[in-house]
Amino acid sequence: MAGLLLSPTEKVFIVHGVQDDHRSDGRTNIDYRPMELETNVVSHATGSSRLRLANTDILVGVKTEIDVPTPEKPDLGKIEFYVDCSANAAPQFEGRGGEQLAIGIAKLMQAAYHSSDAFDLKQLCIFEGKQCWKIYVDILILECGGNLCDAVSMAVKAALFNTKLPSVKAALMDGGNIDLQLSDDPYDAKSLDIGTAPLLVTLCKIGDKCVVDPSAEEESCSVISVVVGVTGNPSSYSTEENVSDSAKESKFTTIEMVGSGSVAPKTLKDAMNQGMVAAKLLDKALGEALLRERQETQVKTKKHSYGFLR
Amino acid sequence: MTSHVKIRLASERVNHSVPTNRELPRFYTPGEVVTGMEDFMRGHGTYASDDCLKASVAGVMQKVNKLICVRPLKNRYVGEIGDVVVGRVLEVQQRRWKVETNSRLDSVLQLSSVNLPGGELRRRSAEDEQMMRKHLQEGDLISAEVQSVFSDGSLSLHTRSLKYGKLSQGILMKVFPSLIKRRKNHFHNLPCGISVIIGNNGYIWISPPEQNNLVEEEKDEIVNVEVQCISRSDRETMARVRNCIAALVASKMLLDDTSIMFAYEESLKYDNVKELLDPEAMLDVAFLTQHRINNVLEE
Repeated sequence: MAGLLLSPTEKVFIVHGVQDDHRSDGRTNIDYRPMELETNVVSHATGSSRLRLANTDILVGVKTEIDVPTPEKPDLGKIEFYVDCSANAAPQFEGRGGEQLAIGIAKLMQAAYHSSDAFDLKQLCIFEGKQCWKIYVDILILECGGNLCDAVSMAVKAALFNTKLPSVKAALMDGGNIDLQLSDDPYDAKSLDIGTAPLLVTLCKIGDKCVVDPSAEEESCSVISVVVGVTGNPSSYSTEENVSDSAKESKFTTIEMVGSGSVAPKTLKDAMNQGMVAAKLLDKALGEALLRERQETQVKTKKHSYGFLR
Repeated sequence: MTSHVKIRLASERVNHSVPTNRELPRFYTPGEVVTGMEDFMRGHGTYASDDCLKASVAGVMQKVNKLICVRPLKNRYVGEIGDVVVGRVLEVQQRRWKVETNSRLDSVLQLSSVNLPGGELRRRSAEDEQMMRKHLQEGDLISAEVQSVFSDGSLSLHTRSLKYGKLSQGILMKVFPSLIKRRKNHFHNLPCGISVIIGNNGYIWISPPEQNNLVEEEKDEIVNVEVQCISRSDRETMARVRNCIAALVASKMLLDDTSIMFAYEESLKYDNVKELLDPEAMLDVAFLTQHRINNVLEE
């Protein structure tokens, strides 16, 4: 997304490579670069995660607040996304430079989470019509190495997986107002049900084919990319087996084109199929990693945070 | 078969350091006291405060007689005359091109220091000035030699030899300039059939071998070479070389033709090139390469 200068011959090389299903670093068109994930990195956030995909570095913090639900949807909570592009990521993000990109990603995330198949807002309801949880998801882009949307969506899902809402101990009715008493015990909290939370997959159209996880160089070779949001499979995120089959099925929750080009109908269909396959693989790998980390935390009582030291 | 997606946890992070048999120098962090003031001279990367010399960058100390310098690990390229560099043309200006070479200031390639098509040396006419964008345009990659260094540290380049000039198809890698080993020759045709230009500025150009025959003769022919498809096997070898260099860089090992070739040979045990993106495989390749380099040094 950031402007990168490439010579015409370098572009020819990349385009031919995609055609050949063999990219500059040996990956095929549906391979992702290795990722690194850590949750619970920000101690004062309700949930947080950090994801590093090659050179793309994303930090997500989740904060919760008690809010009043909208009158039209009294039984639903709220979720809001905010993206901030650090000027450390790219020089053009300085000042208000990254605003357009940030708003674009936030809108995409909002659209992907909008469906009730993707994220059930009913679980954020505390007292119908009166009070609900509002979740603020703050996404910080620390480094930009291509494929921001995918990395952001995965980091968000990991951060929501890590989020625990405190349980309500007592509610005092005082006329029309409700006074809530929340539990102080950090272990007396419930996790969010995020199994079906969507992941975004960017399919970058290079030549006639589409690739997932484009590097910054590959991104500058393509004029248009298709971003699809695909719901996850809850069975990857819990050890329990009682998941209904309808929830297991992946569905598209958003489809968006980014860029100035156009796509032929057949290419779009192929891209969506490829996106569905990639999203399933991503979702499974993410679930495995998160469960593995949870297990590790349970074994060791005091977890040592790795954070940014490398 | 490796899977398409791999997510590792921060706790499974691989430490890329490779043991060497040489003693590691002391590493100074910014603000750390290097030495007392008494008869030492303050060099680059140091500053004086409270009667002590302190490091202003993170790096290792170098001492020449009484002069104390701290050489940073990560820095911009500091050019020297005669260095081979790989750079990207940023701008076409009056009688010169601005070239990005990873140094603090953009370098300059004068119209008078390039070989124009047609061969023999001649005065640059006004037509040549108008044709500059035909010759090199924005975004083009070039290999060049440092002709002189201006007083502000910016470089003046020249491409007055057949081995320098515009680069066609290939992969550009950016590494720290401090990892490049200074050699007599920076143009290598590796035995695996790939040519590599290891620029002193930390830019490495990996290209298929035909590219070296590219002599500026007929303009049509050059255009042909530029859009030719590269064979699958060449592409695989290039990707493997690229991943090997990435593995060596992750372990902070010096790059020259020997270390790249050793790494390439060690990497052959991984059949699939993309397996080399895995941090464990990268460490393994770097470790085996270091082992072979140690063996060669002992002999």
